[in-house]
Amino acid sequence: MRGIEEAAKHIAAQGESRARLARDPVNQAMVNNWVEALGDGNPAYTDPEFARGSVHGGLVAPPAMAQVWTMNGLHGTRADDDPLGAMMSVLDEAGYTSVVATDSEQTYHRYLRHGEHVAASTRLEGVVGPKRTALGEGWFVTTRTTWSVAGEPVAEMMFRVLKFRPAGEPAPAPDPAAVLRPVISRDTEFFWAGTRVGELRIQRWGGGTLRHPPGPVAPNGDLAAKPDHVVANGTGTVYSYVVHHHPKVPGKRPPFVVALVELDEGVRMLGELLDAGPEDVYIGLPVEVSFVRVDDELTLPAWKVRS
Amino acid sequence: MTLPGKAAIAGIGATEFSKDSGRSELRLAAEAVSAALADAGLKPSDVDGLVTFTMDGNAEIAVARELGIPELSFFSRVHYGGGAAAATVQQAAMAVATGVADVVVAYRAFNERSGHRFGQVSGAAAQQVNTSGVDNAFHYPMGLATPAATVAMVAQRYLHTYGATSEDFGRVAVVDREHAATNPNAWFFGQPITLAEHQASRWVAEPLHLLDCCQESDGGVALVVTSTERARDLPRPPAVIAAAAQGSGPDQYIMTSYYRDDLAALPEMGVVGGQLWRQAGITQADVDVAVLYDHFTPYVLMQLEELGFCGRGEAKDFVRDGALGLDGALPLNPHGGQLGEAYIHGMNGIAEAVRQIRGSAVNQVGGVRHVLVTAGTGVPTSGLVLAAS
Repeated sequence: MRGIEEAAKHIAAQGESRARLARDPVNQAMVNNWVEALGDGNPAYTDPEFARGSVHGGLVAPPAMAQVWTMNGLHGTRADDDPLGAMMSVLDEAGYTSVVATDSEQTYHRYLRHGEHVAASTRLEGVVGPKRTALGEGWFVTTRTTWSVAGEPVAEMMFRVLKFRPAGEPAPAPDPAAVLRPVISRDTEFFWAGTRVGELRIQRWGGGTLRHPPGPVAPNGDLAAKPDHVVANGTGTVYSYVVHHHPKVPGKRPPFVVALVELDEGVRMLGELLDAGPEDVYIGLPVEVSFVRVDDELTLPAWKVRS
Repeated sequence: MTLPGKAAIAGIGATEFSKDSGRSELRLAAEAVSAALADAGLKPSDVDGLVTFTMDGNAEIAVARELGIPELSFFSRVHYGGGAAAATVQQAAMAVATGVADVVVAYRAFNERSGHRFGQVSGAAAQQVNTSGVDNAFHYPMGLATPAATVAMVAQRYLHTYGATSEDFGRVAVVDREHAATNPNAWFFGQPITLAEHQASRWVAEPLHLLDCCQESDGGVALVVTSTERARDLPRPPAVIAAAAQGSGPDQYIMTSYYRDDLAALPEMGVVGGQLWRQAGITQADVDVAVLYDHFTPYVLMQLEELGFCGRGEAKDFVRDGALGLDGALPLNPHGGQLGEAYIHGMNGIAEAVRQIRGSAVNQVGGVRHVLVTAGTGVPTSGLVLAAS
């Protein structure tokens, strides 16, 4: 939650996006299509003679077309500083993947005339949540867009969407079969055989020296030596960690924590920290092993916070 | 016989740096090599050696075929991703110094943005059937599966150990982007960033923000190496290879050397640095420009420490107050680095080092005699000292 609010604060602090110029200046062809589609018969938009004699003194464009001029087009992409796009990404990542527009208020300062080139810029006004709604839990995201011509504001819009996690659809569990499977050698197979039976095995040489990750030669170089293993207690502390956000990793739902744990036996080992979020993990956090069974062949070592 | 001073970089060439080159990697390699030869005043028929990265998709013979290089007496590849960059020049210099070849071109060309992107999770890397695949079994399945994430693990420990902050990482990005802003060949030409923008950029793998990570690029760079003697007769002022070194450290892994005593260090770069100072016969104080490999900002701070520009844990203080700017104590990446110019696996940084020696860079530092260049970090790596003739 705090992650979303902080991201919103950062995005809002960036203020207005750079003004993005409309693809075309205000023009009759687009006006014709729009009034036809909406059934707006006002001749001030289409009849030059009528328009000349009207209060406008000439053809004007319907004010409600403000947004039309700066739409991205069929193959367009959002500007990279678009605050709505940025906020949507944050919420997508947090599992709020669906979106519905809830309300919009437009204010028109004046009519636009043909040939005027409109530019739009947007800022993030607020992000409120999480709220329980009929659609599911979600966040209300409000932006304000200003359209201007040569710096003069001509129209404004408050636009609000609900970005939500569909009700009854808990965030889908990642497919464990999608996990990147380990390459196993003769030197490491004892480790994976151990996880399958719930043992965290550490390679041991000469009855004492522990080594992880394991290898085929004793740390002292004795080629005659043969290793065995000890079964670790399974307890240790976080030595370092990563909170992974991007890009997607097969079998994982971001953000997730991977921790490098120093086991009580003295070796370090990597695993996902299953039950601590980005705000809860710290270097020194006591953890214990937990085994994540993927299938008959593969069980991954992972960590849980030690109570 | 010793290596220092025997060989020089006599020509540099590159394609444009883009996000979608619209042509094959082999075409990019051919264009870059061709440009480098033209810059050196040499012809394809003068070339008898080619060197690249094991990761490069363009076989030496394919490049030779396209350019009409008739015979090769030396061809070689260097492993470990971006750690190979300066080592390709070392290979070329060794071939030239020993008389194995006369003109060796080192090249790297890829569609790293429009084609295979290194920043994504690579199932092929995870599951290669060799010792690296076995190594990878202890982090990919656990979800530690991208270069950024592997660096973030070290960066987190570094922050904890030395009390540095994300803003200290950000200062590196700000300097790179400031320099790229005045380099027309840089992808981020005209787009400097502020520290606040760095801080506001989205998380990739905490503690790394998006702006701690270098861009992904399409493009190619090539470097022509020949003897210093021959280079003096060619059109461009030679950039003499005063030192060239590779290095790997104790208990070395590729990006995951997590089992050493000290996680917050890059001892492989220390191995490189020690050789460079010895070979070149200079000290840190003699370095006029540093082109430090900057795929991820934390490793720039840690390189400063490993190379002895400051003490362990002191890089955060060293990079404050404009030390890395063009007028600073140690001008860093005047071309904008891989965060600002392009990510060509470190080879564009070597080209910039050559321009700084020639005095022809867009962001030229005054009176340059020695430029230090490093290659990829977190992996077995390499470095160069280039010197004016």
